[in-house]
Amino acid sequence: MTNFIQQIVSGLASGGIYGLLALAIVLIHRSTGVINFAQGEMATLSAFVCWTLMNHGWAFWPAFGATLLLSFAGGVTLQAVVIRPIQSGPLLGIVILTIGLLIAFNGLDTWIWGGAAKQFQGPFSTAPINVGGVAFSKQDLGVIAVAFVAVALIGALFTRTRLGLGLRAAAVNPVESRLVGIRVAAMLALGWGLAAMLGAVAGVMAAPSLFLEPNMMQTVLLYAFAAAVLGGMDSPIGAVIGGLLLGVLLNLVGTYVHWIGGELRLATALAVILGVLLLRPSGLFGRAALRRA
Amino acid sequence: MRVKLSAFVFGVLVLVVLPFVLTDFRTVQLATVGAYFVAIIGLDVLTGHSGQISLGHGAFMAVGAYTTAILMANHGVRDVWTIPIAAGVAGVIGLLAGVPALRLSGLYLALATFGIAVVLPTILKKFDHFTGGSTGITLFGKPEQTGHGVGIWGLTNNQWLYALTWTVGGLVFLIAWWLLDSRFGRSLRAIRDSEIAAVASGVNRAKYKVLAFGVSAAFAGIAGALFAINVAYVAPDTFPIQLSLYLLVGAVVGFFGSIWGAVLGALLIQFLPDIVGLIPHVDTKQAGPTTLFFGLVLVVLMLVLPIVLRAASRLANRSYFGAQ
Repeated sequence: MTNFIQQIVSGLASGGIYGLLALAIVLIHRSTGVINFAQGEMATLSAFVCWTLMNHGWAFWPAFGATLLLSFAGGVTLQAVVIRPIQSGPLLGIVILTIGLLIAFNGLDTWIWGGAAKQFQGPFSTAPINVGGVAFSKQDLGVIAVAFVAVALIGALFTRTRLGLGLRAAAVNPVESRLVGIRVAAMLALGWGLAAMLGAVAGVMAAPSLFLEPNMMQTVLLYAFAAAVLGGMDSPIGAVIGGLLLGVLLNLVGTYVHWIGGELRLATALAVILGVLLLRPSGLFGRAALRRA
Repeated sequence: MRVKLSAFVFGVLVLVVLPFVLTDFRTVQLATVGAYFVAIIGLDVLTGHSGQISLGHGAFMAVGAYTTAILMANHGVRDVWTIPIAAGVAGVIGLLAGVPALRLSGLYLALATFGIAVVLPTILKKFDHFTGGSTGITLFGKPEQTGHGVGIWGLTNNQWLYALTWTVGGLVFLIAWWLLDSRFGRSLRAIRDSEIAAVASGVNRAKYKVLAFGVSAAFAGIAGALFAINVAYVAPDTFPIQLSLYLLVGAVVGFFGSIWGAVLGALLIQFLPDIVGLIPHVDTKQAGPTTLFFGLVLVVLMLVLPIVLRAASRLANRSYFGAQ
């Protein structure tokens, strides 16, 4: 029983990270209809930036704040420079371009920082706390809390502010939005900036437990895809809950289904992706897309 | 048609002459280019012609490579005869993959195939009694199963590998050329350009989309078999997600929708590290710079290609009307 609870607790902790990256993916998908395959590598780059600042003697929180601002600026710039020129082209063209970004960022990280894994001292202690035989750390609790704070802020932005209304309008109907005076191009760039910022949060939260290296987010990206698909590609809260569910599911399946074990963890996530896409494409919280016949 | 035929004959001539003027090392490299060439043709049939994206074609290559490796290492089959079997196994798996793929829109097909390529190495490691696990399967020291040409025509082993790879590569090219020029190819392009219009004109959408998956996977399986024979070794990490993504770069470089560009893409995958090494102060012993440039090539091409294609079509129109 203790082991069962232990697996759920550690599953929630890794699920928080999946949820954060999934949130970034959902944000871009919602606002532009594209899946950004480079989201994981952008998160890794942000984590490296934060690490470098801390290595130059910055304390964690100022370094984190600066990283968020830089990531936001980077996301906006990226959208303006490489995405906007082909925005009106076929969707798959943009997807293939984000594959190019994935490869390029991975190469850039390896070139600048090398392939060796680096220690990353996060804001929360990783020392284990033991409650009734179940071990967890402040880092675990912190990640889950950060995931919920992030989704609450995103939710508030989208539903309670004028800016959020503009973001949603630009996503749903760009042409009519422009007619009523919404600056659609700025909104789309803003969407990428916000997603890059959320990715940075995911990268910085993942780095203490995964160790920082260029391929850090490569498997996390697949888990985040699974989380986003499970939650419904268009639902921010779905992304976070999907992430937590997935983390718990992977841990339980890995522990109790012996022929799967730890080795087929990624395969299980893929099975979740395929299963949801084929059986219930709208996921748990998404709305089924309506198509005019 | 006559231009294309002369281009093909010229290409064959160049390929025949090359191993006699190049060093042994370059010959080996060009043999690997042949394997990429076949894989890219396969990807082009699927993505360029039927419009179904695959970010996981390395997985079909792995199926072919492991088929060859297991047949050679455990069953004593000669290398040449494993190639059609590899094509068959990969082709059948491709057909099976094509059925659920019908239900996925482009975006989600990209997601699913990406996932398959990421997961594949872990599955190969898991079923180790079949695949040799992380250590893989070695094909060294099997002279009776490979190198037939060495004794017969006095070729070196590397020249034999080159000859085998490019003979198969040439055959695959001819088959693809014929297929894409036939009813099959026209149906694929009709579906790619407008599914509704294609179905309305009587094209069996499901049949051709699934067939495209099968043909494409069979080609990738052949590429994997050639790869295994050339390298004489397969392991799970021979087929990382990077391989699949580089194949995509190769297919884009080769202009999707035309198998003639595949040779360009294949050359790029093999020789980009050497090209990047020419830039001053760049150390290509480290993986970073080459990877960065692979990504940049793809990003720049995706930005530039629409402009190039638009300009090309405008030029074509002008000469057409200019004739009046």
